[in-house]
Amino acid sequence: MASKRLIDQMTAILGPEGVISEREQLRSYECDGLMNYRVVPDLVVLPETAEQVQKIVKLCHDEGIPFVARGSGTGLSGGALPVEAGVLIVLSRMRRILEVDIPNQRVVVEPGVINIWVSQAIADEGYYYAPDPASQIISSIGGNLAENSGGVHCLKYGFTTNHVVGAEVVLPDGSVVDIGGGKAPDAPGYELLGAFVGSEGTLGIATKITLRVVRKPEAVSTLLAAFKDTEEAGDAVSGIIGSGIVPAAIEMMDALCIEAVETAVHPGFPEAGAILIVELDGPQAEVETQFQQTIEICEEAGASEIRIAEDDAERALFWKGRKAAFAAMGRISNDYYVQDSVVPRTELGAVLKRISEIGREAGMRVANVFHAGDGNLHPLVLYDNDVPGEAEKAEDVAGEIVLICLEHGGSLTGEHGIGKDKMKYMPKMFTTDDLNVMQLLRCAFDPHHLCNPGKIFPTPRLCGERPGPFRMHPVQKAGLAENF
Amino acid sequence: MDTRTQNVSLEDLQNIVGEQHAREAAAEDAIDGVEPRFVAEPGSVEETSALLKLADGAGLAVAPRGGRTMLHLGNPPRELDLVVSTARMDEVIEHVPGDQVVRVQAGMRLGELQERLAGSNQMIGVDPPEERAGATIGGVVAANSSGPRRYRYGTVRDLIIGITVVLADGTVAKAGGKVVKNVAGYDLAKLFTGSLGTLGVIASANFRLHPLPEAAQTVTVELADTAAAGQAAQAVLHSQLVPSAVELDWGEDARLLTLLIEGVAPAVEAQAEMASFLLKGFGEVRVLSDEEAENLGPLEPAGGSAGADEVTVKISAPLAELTGVLDSTWGACSRRGVTPRATGQAGIGVTYVSLSGGDEEAKVQVVEELREIWVRRGGSVVVREAPAAFKRRVEVWGPVGTRLELTRRVKEKFDPRGILNPGRFVGGI
Repeated sequence: MASKRLIDQMTAILGPEGVISEREQLRSYECDGLMNYRVVPDLVVLPETAEQVQKIVKLCHDEGIPFVARGSGTGLSGGALPVEAGVLIVLSRMRRILEVDIPNQRVVVEPGVINIWVSQAIADEGYYYAPDPASQIISSIGGNLAENSGGVHCLKYGFTTNHVVGAEVVLPDGSVVDIGGGKAPDAPGYELLGAFVGSEGTLGIATKITLRVVRKPEAVSTLLAAFKDTEEAGDAVSGIIGSGIVPAAIEMMDALCIEAVETAVHPGFPEAGAILIVELDGPQAEVETQFQQTIEICEEAGASEIRIAEDDAERALFWKGRKAAFAAMGRISNDYYVQDSVVPRTELGAVLKRISEIGREAGMRVANVFHAGDGNLHPLVLYDNDVPGEAEKAEDVAGEIVLICLEHGGSLTGEHGIGKDKMKYMPKMFTTDDLNVMQLLRCAFDPHHLCNPGKIFPTPRLCGERPGPFRMHPVQKAGLAENF
Repeated sequence: MDTRTQNVSLEDLQNIVGEQHAREAAAEDAIDGVEPRFVAEPGSVEETSALLKLADGAGLAVAPRGGRTMLHLGNPPRELDLVVSTARMDEVIEHVPGDQVVRVQAGMRLGELQERLAGSNQMIGVDPPEERAGATIGGVVAANSSGPRRYRYGTVRDLIIGITVVLADGTVAKAGGKVVKNVAGYDLAKLFTGSLGTLGVIASANFRLHPLPEAAQTVTVELADTAAAGQAAQAVLHSQLVPSAVELDWGEDARLLTLLIEGVAPAVEAQAEMASFLLKGFGEVRVLSDEEAENLGPLEPAGGSAGADEVTVKISAPLAELTGVLDSTWGACSRRGVTPRATGQAGIGVTYVSLSGGDEEAKVQVVEELREIWVRRGGSVVVREAPAAFKRRVEVWGPVGTRLELTRRVKEKFDPRGILNPGRFVGGI
């Protein structure tokens, strides 16, 4: 429970409607999209302005209270999981698009703005915001920034980090800095923005974010190809990439995933061991040439059927099936565990084989849906929570899968983040020195470990600051100064 | 000579890197006239670590060095004792064409790497002009070098996917990995990009690769004035053309905006035609032959041909401000008898201006005036190349605003004794 004093102080900053302290209401914030970790925060605050965020953080800093920022709460690694005896700063009321500047190809937003709103706001100008995580209709730009979200089109267009060009950040001590160039490129100094994006809320809170937006392509072509199995589909992927084509997206689904999607949203997918969705975009002549080439490569790889989206409606249907994949699992299994890991593209075949072996050995069904172009796997381990021990078994299988990916030269996570979920695996990918050096950056931004503590790093490093609990400056303690 | 270097002898260095790989420095090793005492060339990460540990313990000021093509970047060193050259660490560690990823040691020359990658029809999408002068991978990362194709592929920060660094105290650490999509841990590869050797020595770096385009055409338009330049650049940016580069060349004898179009042959053909059609409204358009494109050099930054007294600055501004950048530059110069010439990435908001003629005072005033204008509008004016005397009068980076203190804290954490490139970076770091 938060002290009355803290509640009063927060209420003074935000008004009563911006502070939640009732236990029952606090419970709705106990987890993010990763529901197997739950912590009820002491206090939830809902700022509406950057100035309020700054005051909240300053107060937390001065009182030595840990805090966690949260956007829409769709994260899948527990990045927005509250900390005990901490304050949860929910940014969903900061949802203004502050500026649309088409001549400079920039849009400036508050962190609570929903991803898709950006593209909607500039669609009439022929522009869009490229990063498109599957959660884009609900996830916030601030959350996307914290997690460096990807999406199905990041193979060609890059990740959130390639599209955020500036941010106003409230540092964990309550000071405000502008990092990145914003409208102008190449700001002198360290590439602090590149380090900040994807830092999972551990380095500060972005209160104003400048995005680079891109011109809609002249042409888009999308096909769906059915294959006997994932190996055949994998050959097609290698063939396409190897021929020098950079598709906007290449997504793969296996038989189990197709079954689930078909049951849930009826996209009319062919019955197959694996399906590829390939999208090319760009100048008309380039798309035409390379699309023909792509069709030929799929045929050579043994595609039993190739469907070409005739119009935007059909293209949308293909993508509806793909983007519904996670949710659709509910139709064929009570529960599922989503894994997110990455392997070098050339290791895909070997790793998929190992995954199916692991599933078979454990007696668990594993569905695969993934960004094949960049080797980003999303195996879904299906289980039934009502069967005792199954949840643990599913987590074990998922853990084994991620270790296989590391063995093959991959990464623990491609887009969901480490958060709380994968902390324990970090020493498998990085040495103690690697992790300590990363935490030097943490110490520069957050020497007192107040900002989203207990995430990413399994062994927090001391920052060489004065040991013992954080002490308030005497002037502040005496109530002579609150913000300076 | 500094008393600190008394604590370390040439023999100490030779014990680490071998007798033939450490030597007393010569005049040519000076940076902005500041001569180091020693030069050492470690052959491995381990040797680099041992060297830095020694230097850190003795408090030697260290300058990491790659291909020596960008040593002019930054303020003159406050101190300099030891140059650590990466020249011997010049191998490709791993290149799997099917993964479109390469891992490479820092001392490898970018040009050589590009040649090897071309054998697999691949490339790193970074094309700084220093490549021709022998820039190394480590140097390109540390100086955040870029070239015309950044319009399409971005800069080093967009292409680097992993890094191994040696910190001042000898700690060896890596971040990222060898897959393009990866959000495990902090992205230190980006933090080190452009850090000018002030946070650690880059030992190796990993990059995502792109397919080598099979065909290219260059379309150029001759413009009447700066207003037309701004309008033509905007027209290209908001069109659906996908050029690799949108370059400006502006001076006494040139007023050109040039588009480099690359890709599959039929698409290049079609895009060049569209570009010509689009640009016709702004001036005389020509499609250049390959030789012409090479010789005309509209893609060459001003810095490439700098004379001894020449000063080159880089103006970063919002990309719709091209006309303003040119007008402010010509205005500031003409009032002081200085002759400017500008090139740069008109589609990005980066303009390189070389200043010749006029005396030092005049050029100082030009830089200060431009800085006053463009910092206020959210941009920056960085002195890229200038005589040391000039750089002692004008801080080369300009202000870094509210992030100065955070910048200092980052430096203090990574290099607490401040031995790496002291004085050369922003805010006197």
